[in-house]
Amino acid sequence: MDVTNYVILSSILFSIGAVGVLVRRNAIVMFMSIELMLNAANLAFVAFARANGNFDGQVVAFFVMVVAAAEVVIGLAIIMAIFRTRKTASIDEASLLRA
Amino acid sequence: MFNLIALESIHSVVSSEVATGVFAKMWLLIALPLMGAIVLLLGGNRTNSFGPLLAVGLPIASFSFAVYLWIELLALSTQSRSQNLVLFEWINIGSFQVPFGLQLDPLSISFVLLITGVGSLIHIYSLGYMDHDLGKRRFFGYLNLFVAAMLLLVLADNYLLLYVGWEGVGLASYLLIGYYQHKPSAAAAAKKAFVVNRVGDVGLSLAIMLMFLAFHTVTFAGISDKAEQGSATALFLIGLFLLIGAAGKSAQVPLQSWLLDAMEGPTPVSALIHAATMVTAGVYLIVRSNSIYDLSIAAQNAVIVVGVVTLLAGAVIGIAKDDIKKALAASTMSQIGYMVLAAGLGPIGYVYAIMHLLTHGFFKAGMFLGAGSVMHAMNDEVDMRKYGALRKVMLLTFSTFFVGYLAILGIPPFAGFYSKDLIIEAAFDRSLIAGFATLLGAGVTAFYMSRLVLMTFFSNKRWEDDAHPHESPLTMTVPMVILAIGSVGSGFLLTFNDSLKKWLAPVTGYQTPEPPIAVPILIAMTLITVAAGVAIAVMLYWRQVASTAPNDVSIFTKAARKDLYGDAINEAVFMRGGQKVVSATKVFDNSVVEGFVQFISRLTLGISNLVRSSQTGYTRNYALAMLLGVALMLLLAAIVRL
Amino acid sequence: MSFAFAVCATLSVAGALGMLLSKRAVHSALFIALTMINLAVLYLQLSAPFLGMVQIIVYTGAVMMLFLFVLMIVGVDSSDSLTETLKGQRIASIVVAVGLGFLLTSSIGSAVISTENSLDATFAGGNVQAIANLMFGKYVLALEVTAALLVTAAVGAMVLAHRERINPKLSQREQQQARFVDYALTGKHPGPLPPSGVYARHNAVDTPALLPDGSIAANSVPAPLQARGSIRDITESDNQRVIDLSEGNVVIERGEDGRN
Repeated sequence: MDVTNYVILSSILFSIGAVGVLVRRNAIVMFMSIELMLNAANLAFVAFARANGNFDGQVVAFFVMVVAAAEVVIGLAIIMAIFRTRKTASIDEASLLRA
Repeated sequence: MFNLIALESIHSVVSSEVATGVFAKMWLLIALPLMGAIVLLLGGNRTNSFGPLLAVGLPIASFSFAVYLWIELLALSTQSRSQNLVLFEWINIGSFQVPFGLQLDPLSISFVLLITGVGSLIHIYSLGYMDHDLGKRRFFGYLNLFVAAMLLLVLADNYLLLYVGWEGVGLASYLLIGYYQHKPSAAAAAKKAFVVNRVGDVGLSLAIMLMFLAFHTVTFAGISDKAEQGSATALFLIGLFLLIGAAGKSAQVPLQSWLLDAMEGPTPVSALIHAATMVTAGVYLIVRSNSIYDLSIAAQNAVIVVGVVTLLAGAVIGIAKDDIKKALAASTMSQIGYMVLAAGLGPIGYVYAIMHLLTHGFFKAGMFLGAGSVMHAMNDEVDMRKYGALRKVMLLTFSTFFVGYLAILGIPPFAGFYSKDLIIEAAFDRSLIAGFATLLGAGVTAFYMSRLVLMTFFSNKRWEDDAHPHESPLTMTVPMVILAIGSVGSGFLLTFNDSLKKWLAPVTGYQTPEPPIAVPILIAMTLITVAAGVAIAVMLYWRQVASTAPNDVSIFTKAARKDLYGDAINEAVFMRGGQKVVSATKVFDNSVVEGFVQFISRLTLGISNLVRSSQTGYTRNYALAMLLGVALMLLLAAIVRL
Repeated sequence: MSFAFAVCATLSVAGALGMLLSKRAVHSALFIALTMINLAVLYLQLSAPFLGMVQIIVYTGAVMMLFLFVLMIVGVDSSDSLTETLKGQRIASIVVAVGLGFLLTSSIGSAVISTENSLDATFAGGNVQAIANLMFGKYVLALEVTAALLVTAAVGAMVLAHRERINPKLSQREQQQARFVDYALTGKHPGPLPPSGVYARHNAVDTPALLPDGSIAANSVPAPLQARGSIRDITESDNQRVIDLSEGNVVIERGEDGRN
């Protein structure tokens, strides 16, 4: 079984996720793209675990999932808070750092 | 003079002993006038009532103590006459160790006696002279400060402590020249004295630094021990820098310009500081540094040149001055030129320099006090062309002044005859040029001093209408009389049985001069020159003197009236040159330095503006930059791996 | 390359691209759910059954549902404009991302990965036991830290989503008083709104209630329905029918199920 294909798939998904973060303005969609990137990384972890013949990669992927869950909870709460005050979920509106 | 030849050549023997007994109290000499200065200057107006009397009493107390110390010192054997007292450890940094030490030896006690003695007399005189002055307390405070600083200068056992006193007298001199604060000319004169003195002080401080560099010590004893190890260059440079310091303080060419302006100060100040004591500090410095000069003929020659030039320049300036105090000041310059010249002659001259210094201290202080007395009588008029025929109304002043006049001329048996003739002999021993210069100087001195005396006390009355000359009060005349007695007797006393020579020789060393022309002939030549000078003056000024200075005068007179263009040269070379340097520096600063700074700031601004445009505030732009960074790192890793 | 991999890989990339390109956030969410399910299948193929299940339950089940909840709150109908507002952002993003993907695939493609390792042989006790062994052995510290993180995240979410009550809560009495004050000032009826009309034929909220004179009672139909214009009309025949019924002229027709 060749894990190279899995890793290449993982790279493709990661890149698509990256593009999603960069081009979509909706904060929720950006978040989804980040989740996609995390999933791509997970896929690579699992594939490498398979290649190495141990379970460490799977454990790390599991931890990634847990952390991602926590991140989603906080991230969505922040998006809610922003939406409440600004009545929009567009990330470009929150550009107060503009010089 | 003839008996001098009997004395053997003596090398200086300096071996200081730790002061014990009464010598351990020598700090009192300084502390007493210093206390006066502190009380008067910090005490404020509440000391107005008793301040001046206290200020007069303290130098007298100091003088009495000095006399006592002198007698004690006389009782000691020649070798143990250098008493050293370390009060405390002053500077202790690694190998740089300077004690706060005082040294009482025949040389310094001579100065102490002169300073406290003449100083006390002038303090007493000031009581009368400054009687109507509202700022009397301040004046006496400064005067006491001066005495304290001057005593520190001559009692210090190392150059650094001497420097403290040196600056102290400079400060006191500055404060006293500018004492009449309401007069802009006084303020300017004070500033001028201060600035010119700083030039000399830089020389002295450089000399001290060089000494430390070359010998790792700044004490007189240490320098004296190690001087022979020094290289010729080091010794010459130290000697030269010391000479610059001495020239600044003693108003020698090229740092002479401040002394004539310094006459803006009250007359007692001119007498004490700018005639008798402070201006002679340079001579003291050179004599005290004999261990340096003895080993460097080049440095000695430099001293001689400065002395010769100054004694002639001062004499020439003296001819043209109508201001009685300025004429006397020019004379002081000239006489100190004699002393410096003598000090530059080495062991044959040191003793004569000091001797002339002491006699000059008497007769010049006396004449200044006389001039002050005349001014006091003539509503503070200083122009001699407004005087004339004063001998009748001010007989006592005239008598004392005339004694001083005879002394400075060198008429036997007055004091100047002994000291000046000896210097002329010593100068001839060294070089004919220096010898004839001193001879010429003596003749010119005779001329301008006769002119001064004739214009003031003889010839026709040229008084202003409201002038009512009168004899001065007792507080003023008594010091004048005492100084006149000194002007008569000091020369004889100092040479009698070679007293001063025997006294100073252990410190300064001594060598008998052997002039190429026989001594009696020299004396005769001197007296003839002096007589010629007097005769010319009498011819010109005996009968009639114009009440205003004539304008159709020769170019030499014009030059002399302008102090031989000393100020003009200073202004052209240093002031204008300095201004040019400053404006060039300013241009450099504005264009290059400022330009560089501006360039840096503009560059920063430009880069900042460039970078600022990347700060869009859009999260997605930042994320893009982040991703670009990741990609670039990955690319870098890939390239390195390849 | 197995057939299953080919299908799952294609579907997951398609899901990812769908997420990227959908206008509506809801569609994006559904597309990414597709991707995640396919990833779960791939995990199963890679001998990671535990992770595959967790992927479905936690990601597709919990996380994506959370996304949908938030979308409902934020506004499910809103659709994004896909035109780019930041100059050059889109081109640059695509170039950089493609470059990154190229770098990743090329570097991985050039790497030598040993493939002949059977996880089943490594741990005979089964996948879950193997993972548990590692998690509670080698990675126990990380597990504890993650636990702390989860607790913190829960508290953080509550803090962020919490809103302080600005006005005091009104009691029933105060509410009634406010209503009558309102009535006194504006004439607004203090009682409940009229219920919708209930008829034998039309038993729904879109039917207006009729007053005794046969006219329509205002506010008997909810405002959104009025705004949408979906009010059932009351025709003259309806009125006639009501009259007939009240006079007993009409017999109620029974439906087949015995109801109208």
